[in-house]
Amino acid sequence: MGTPSIEIRNLCKTYHLGEVSVEALRDVTLSIGRGEFLAVMGASGSGKSTLMNILGCLDRPTSGAYRLDGEDVGMLSRDALAGIRRKKIGFVFQGFNLLARMTALENVELPMIYDDTPSATRRERAREALRAVGILDRERHLPSQMSGGQQQRVAIARAIVNTPSLLLADEPTGNLDTATSAEIMKTFQGLADERGITLVLVTHETDIAQYSKRIVRFRDGMIVSDNPVGPR
Amino acid sequence: MNLYAASKVAYRSLRANKMRSILTMLGMIIGVAAVIAMVAIGAGANERISAQIASIGSNLIMILPGSTTSGGLRSGFGGVPTLTMGDARAIGKEIPAVGLAGPTIRNTAPVVYGNQNWSTIIQGVTPEYFQIREWMVVGGRYFTAAEVEAAAKVAVLGQTVSNSLFGEENPIGKIVRIKRVPFTVVGILEKKGQSPQGQDQDDVVAVPITTSQKKLFGSAHVGMVGVILVQAVNGDSVKDAEKQVVDLLRQRHRIGPGQEPDFSVRNLSEMLAVAEASTRIMSLLLGAIASVSLLVGGIGIMNIMLVSVTERTREIGIRMAVGARERDILLQFLIEALVLAVTGGTIGILVGVGGSWMISKFAGWSTMISTGAVLVAFGFSGAVGIFFGFYPARKASRLDPIEALRYE
Repeated sequence: MGTPSIEIRNLCKTYHLGEVSVEALRDVTLSIGRGEFLAVMGASGSGKSTLMNILGCLDRPTSGAYRLDGEDVGMLSRDALAGIRRKKIGFVFQGFNLLARMTALENVELPMIYDDTPSATRRERAREALRAVGILDRERHLPSQMSGGQQQRVAIARAIVNTPSLLLADEPTGNLDTATSAEIMKTFQGLADERGITLVLVTHETDIAQYSKRIVRFRDGMIVSDNPVGPR
Repeated sequence: MNLYAASKVAYRSLRANKMRSILTMLGMIIGVAAVIAMVAIGAGANERISAQIASIGSNLIMILPGSTTSGGLRSGFGGVPTLTMGDARAIGKEIPAVGLAGPTIRNTAPVVYGNQNWSTIIQGVTPEYFQIREWMVVGGRYFTAAEVEAAAKVAVLGQTVSNSLFGEENPIGKIVRIKRVPFTVVGILEKKGQSPQGQDQDDVVAVPITTSQKKLFGSAHVGMVGVILVQAVNGDSVKDAEKQVVDLLRQRHRIGPGQEPDFSVRNLSEMLAVAEASTRIMSLLLGAIASVSLLVGGIGIMNIMLVSVTERTREIGIRMAVGARERDILLQFLIEALVLAVTGGTIGILVGVGGSWMISKFAGWSTMISTGAVLVAFGFSGAVGIFFGFYPARKASRLDPIEALRYE
């Protein structure tokens, strides 16, 4: 598989809350291949959100190395991290996090505004992304005019519009009913299979994790198990 | 993010909170309008003073008689006539820095025409007087040097007197009576308006000085005159002329060194320059007070931007997550503040111009809108936007994306 998409080694993250320090990640080492679909599971406080933040370049580790596509991004500046997020990483959140005053199309265009993509190209690529997740017919709708599943599709379109190499999904089905959750998870599977995007999914629902190919479990900031998902 | 995209984002978010944006702008509108109106009032007052200076006559020196001591009784300036026709003639002829010199005698008497009468100032003057005061006739003519020589009974009327006695009628060639002496009206003077002291300069009748002395107000002091008006040849020679006049008169009146002179010299242009300077200070003060309201407007912008940043913490988090750099966020909020300030400033300019117009229309104050003040107000409102927008914008750009995304 060549260089792995994500390679983290001896990663530690310690938060200082006044006099108490909390070790959110303790010496985590993990390698994720290109195009792999990985689910991270664990109770709240197990360190999985911290891992997501570091993988998503929203936060920096206290110590240890993080390589994304072979590039050491662990200690980059805030602006450099913003650049990595824009070009290489897509986020999908539990609460969708769409901008309420913008239409679906404009929301998907958002990441491209920050690298000065010409507006015609922006529009075209945003439409493509919306088509890929099957929601192009709602391009002029505001988030408030769409169902949860539709909003999450728009969020996925926004995450993939800059053709990232890594897609991070934090409890993406947490606010959705079972049927919609299944549709969203199929969409994710399709993206991993067809586009070769590395996908890291955080969930605490076992049946959602079953859509992935590999499940990593966290407890107290450490990996306690790392198993491939058997064929269903 | 480029400026265009940032402006679009700013415009949308301002529109989303219309009421709040308008109220915030109101602060700027009031501030800028106040500055424009105050400066316009100040400039108008200044302009008026300049016009009054011009109406008095340029490079003017006044020589006042008086301040003699007789029998231990000192009279103030203008109290006792001490100047003579000879003094006026000598000043006009002997001093190179002096262009014209005109003696005057001022008295008050009723003027009668038909069944109308009007108590007014009778100025006994020579033709130089009209030149020194730069006072044109709008009808008829001045009287001549020959008429002065002959003490002719001719009169030139000021506008106020002409209107009061004649109304619509043409006064030229008519006979008016001053102290029962009949005078032929030969000319009407143009309107001068108010003097800097607020007197109506048109409420006057000019007659030859000799006629005034011999036929109207014959007094114990034969050949004496009141005030002598002197015009220097140009603006630079006013000081010289003033000094030479003093020297000449001291010599003619035989006033030794150290003795108090029996006349006094006043440089009117100088007095008015002082008046002008004080008006300028007044208008500066007005502008400064108005600038305070501009400052308050700026603080309003800062306040609302801080609220906006807090309210939109999550939006900022989302933008950062999809790859916005610090400066993208900074630019977005800075432009938002700038749009508020400059839009408010532009409306303020319109309100200020309209307000100044209303003030001059309804309050009767003269106002003058200067392009400079408008440009400064516009530039200043932009500067206020950047200055007071910077802190909130920086605060937004420094947010931690994780915290911001978690914000409810």
